[in-house]
Amino acid sequence: MTSWPILSVVTFLPIAGAIFIALLNDDEAGVRNARWVALWTTLITFAISLILVWRFDPSTADFQFLEKRPWLGGAINYAMGVDGISLPFVVLTTALMPISILASWTSIQSRVREYMIAFLVLETLMVGTFCALDLVLFYLFFEGGLIPMFLIIGVWGGPRRVYASFKFFLYTLLGSVLMLLAIMAMYWQAGTTDIPTLLHHPFPLALQTWAWFAFLASFAVKMPMWPVHTWLPDAHVEAPTAGSVILAAILLKMGGYGFLRFSLPMFPEATQHLAPLIFALSVVAIVYTSLVALMQEDVKKLIAYSSVAHMGFVTMGIFAVTAQGVAGGIFQMISHGIVSAALFLCVGVVYDRMHTREIAAYGGLVNRMPLYAFVFMVFTLANVGLPGTSGFVGEFLTLIGTFRINTWVATLATLGTILSAAYALWLYRKVIFGKLEKPSLFHIRDIGWREIVILAPLVVLTIVFGVYPKPVLDMSSASVTQLIDNYQHALSAVQTAALAR
Amino acid sequence: MDAAQLPTIVPLLPEFVLGLGAMALLMLGVFRGADTGRAVDAAAIVLLIVAGGILLWLPAGKLTTFGGSFVVDDFARFLKILALIGSAAAILLSFDYNKREGQERFEYSVLILLSTLGMLMLISAADLIALYLGLELMSLPLYVVAASHRDSLRSTEAGLKYFVLGALSSGMLLYGASLVYGFTGTVSFAGIAQAAGQGGIGLIFGIVFLFAGFCFKISAVPFHMWTPDVYEGAPTPVTAFFAAAPKVAGIAIFVRVAVVAFPGITSQWQQIVVFVSIASMGLGAFAAIGQRNIKRLMAYSSIGHMGFALIGLAAGTPEGVQGVLVYIAIYVTMTLGVFAVILSMRRSTGMVESIDQLAGLSRTHPATAFFLAMLLFSMAGVPPLAGFFAKLYVFLAAIKAGLYVLAVIGVLASVVGAYYYLTIIKVMYFDDPAERFYDMPYELRVVLAVCGLFNILFFVYPGPLVGVASAAAHSLF
Repeated sequence: MTSWPILSVVTFLPIAGAIFIALLNDDEAGVRNARWVALWTTLITFAISLILVWRFDPSTADFQFLEKRPWLGGAINYAMGVDGISLPFVVLTTALMPISILASWTSIQSRVREYMIAFLVLETLMVGTFCALDLVLFYLFFEGGLIPMFLIIGVWGGPRRVYASFKFFLYTLLGSVLMLLAIMAMYWQAGTTDIPTLLHHPFPLALQTWAWFAFLASFAVKMPMWPVHTWLPDAHVEAPTAGSVILAAILLKMGGYGFLRFSLPMFPEATQHLAPLIFALSVVAIVYTSLVALMQEDVKKLIAYSSVAHMGFVTMGIFAVTAQGVAGGIFQMISHGIVSAALFLCVGVVYDRMHTREIAAYGGLVNRMPLYAFVFMVFTLANVGLPGTSGFVGEFLTLIGTFRINTWVATLATLGTILSAAYALWLYRKVIFGKLEKPSLFHIRDIGWREIVILAPLVVLTIVFGVYPKPVLDMSSASVTQLIDNYQHALSAVQTAALAR
Repeated sequence: MDAAQLPTIVPLLPEFVLGLGAMALLMLGVFRGADTGRAVDAAAIVLLIVAGGILLWLPAGKLTTFGGSFVVDDFARFLKILALIGSAAAILLSFDYNKREGQERFEYSVLILLSTLGMLMLISAADLIALYLGLELMSLPLYVVAASHRDSLRSTEAGLKYFVLGALSSGMLLYGASLVYGFTGTVSFAGIAQAAGQGGIGLIFGIVFLFAGFCFKISAVPFHMWTPDVYEGAPTPVTAFFAAAPKVAGIAIFVRVAVVAFPGITSQWQQIVVFVSIASMGLGAFAAIGQRNIKRLMAYSSIGHMGFALIGLAAGTPEGVQGVLVYIAIYVTMTLGVFAVILSMRRSTGMVESIDQLAGLSRTHPATAFFLAMLLFSMAGVPPLAGFFAKLYVFLAAIKAGLYVLAVIGVLASVVGAYYYLTIIKVMYFDDPAERFYDMPYELRVVLAVCGLFNILFFVYPGPLVGVASAAAHSLF
């Protein structure tokens, strides 16, 4: 179908840019060039990923743009491909990278070359995670992302960056190594790590259960789900703005993607048995972390906790395993990717000017920054899930998807939307409205051109997807339908077998 | 006597070259005086390369000689090449150090050559006598080079400690060998395998003592006590040597004895290896956390790595042995690379060994810091670096063999281990720079760059090493 390995190009192009930057001189011109090279590399990568969207056939659930090369010997190959579930995430990643680079344009002044290299390497690893069609390859990309992110938080982060980066790294690693063992067990059971093959491989129930828990250990930390979410607020608070953006918008989505790609289709019985556990954790995440968010004094921490709550909707929707629930989960992840990225960028805007993230340090910004107030409002409302914004579609779909399966869970989760309105609007009132009383704010500037360029596409996407979510839903619908069909099919096959005995 | 009755010496050619070469260099040094150090070093490296070349030139397949007590198979070839690389790199790493410390003595390289000769004998040993000869030939020069700083209290202490404990372990090994001989009536591994049958309490005793001796050589828990002190006390190039080549030979004979001599009673020695492996990984991970001296830290790190390598042996399968081989090969590159950096930690005040001294290395020496960081991530087993694949293969074997508890403990230990590697990276990247080190000597740069690039790029084309290791592993079964 394709004459050139387009997925490999999208994946490894950023690395090429990173190598180029590494060869630049370490002087003023080199720093300037490093920024431009990084920007152009990410823009070209984004453009190629748009070709991917254009040539993608949404009517089939099969993997497309397949590539396969022998790699580790045995049945472990270098295999790449995308379907309707992974493609939205690939595009989300490539779209947010130029924005992150632009967001770091002036706020990063030390070790700029290293910073850009870390980001480009991170992009390769993130795109690779979503494109990999081999479990070992997936693990390689999935875990490899820890290295650049560890350095980004640790080198360019805030005062408690060492603690935050270690916590981030070790938490995530601990979850993932257990998944690695499960991957190995699956390899010996099925004789391959090829994902399309494994999607239809009937694993015995005992292995399913253990592997399900092992994958949960990894994805729950990444997602993050309550009670293993505690690394996230720390990492968000200490990371530089662009680091928070990538963390919230993309790295968290790897958890949800993992559930969709592996847990549901490969371990259907275990999923059916253990879904109530996920529901319970999701509801706790939604209600509890929303309450925690209400109490925060740091803007970034508040948004971080709200991320955990929103991810609760995602896990709830995914494990409902209904068409609406899964589609809603995917849409909610994309929407949250846009909205949370935008919120962190908004925080970055005022942080660059004031160098504080304390809510109490702000107030009355609308008087000096009307444009900023408008942009921030759009994203706040999207975060609340107001109809007409992308946040509404995702939450609504996950809720109706879950309602069919478990009324109580859906009802309790709805509480979360009320609480999210409470903390988001409270934050908005504290920061934007009121009298401009603080002397330090008297001369704060409104957003400039660079910031408008960064935020405008996100505003547009938030509203467009809120009014017309069809493009994303269409892209994934065939794959979601097949996912649900296979899931039901696997379960009924097991039931028939049990009856036959 | 008829020439046809003499044992063929073809399989022994690399050993002959090394042995005769070492003698010649010794004579040269003795008769031409003390200023021959540099020439002898260079000649020694050439000798090691020539020996490696001859080894690869030998006819393919399994060669035996001396009535079957010396065997060259793919397994031996793989590990011999590794041991030769480790020794050559150790001599290369010592150039600058010995010059600056006024230690340019020709004896150093000659001793390393002799020790390497012992390693090659040990790797090829196919009976208990050859095993012991190889082991002692390997160990005796090690004791001497550990104490080669005659004026340094720490170095002489390290040498003495290593010698006393090493002698003890040799005694245990001999005792084990005599028990095995007593209960089977033969010294050849193949004969032991036939006679061992279902084992028996006496044979198990013999195995325990034999394994204790091996564990000492590879510094596996509970016979690791000498490692931190010797690593710290010995001159740093010697430590680099200890950390690489002798470990290769030790692992080689451990695997060969376990797999070739006792294949029928795997389930019985498996428990020993599982215990040693868990204990080594655990101790290596936890004890390293508190270390401030980077050489001591590397000692605990190597204890941990030996634990991981033994996971493959615990599986007792061809996949497991393949895992051990891949692991030890990658371990050698990681270790040599890290020691290249440790040897470059030098200021006007002399060598420094404290981890804090690496502060801000990413600003003063960005390339060095980058490679060291990658090597440390590799040691922690983070993909996509080579260290990840090393762990991947041993854990794959363990899972296949059903050793789930061992595998789970292993991955948890690797997370704990990641912590102290991260601490070093934190010092290099997050902290404010300390005073600059001297520029790195060229030979150290070469070693660091080669090892670093190997670890970074391994994932691009892992096929060759994995394939050769697989063939080598299958040659034992």
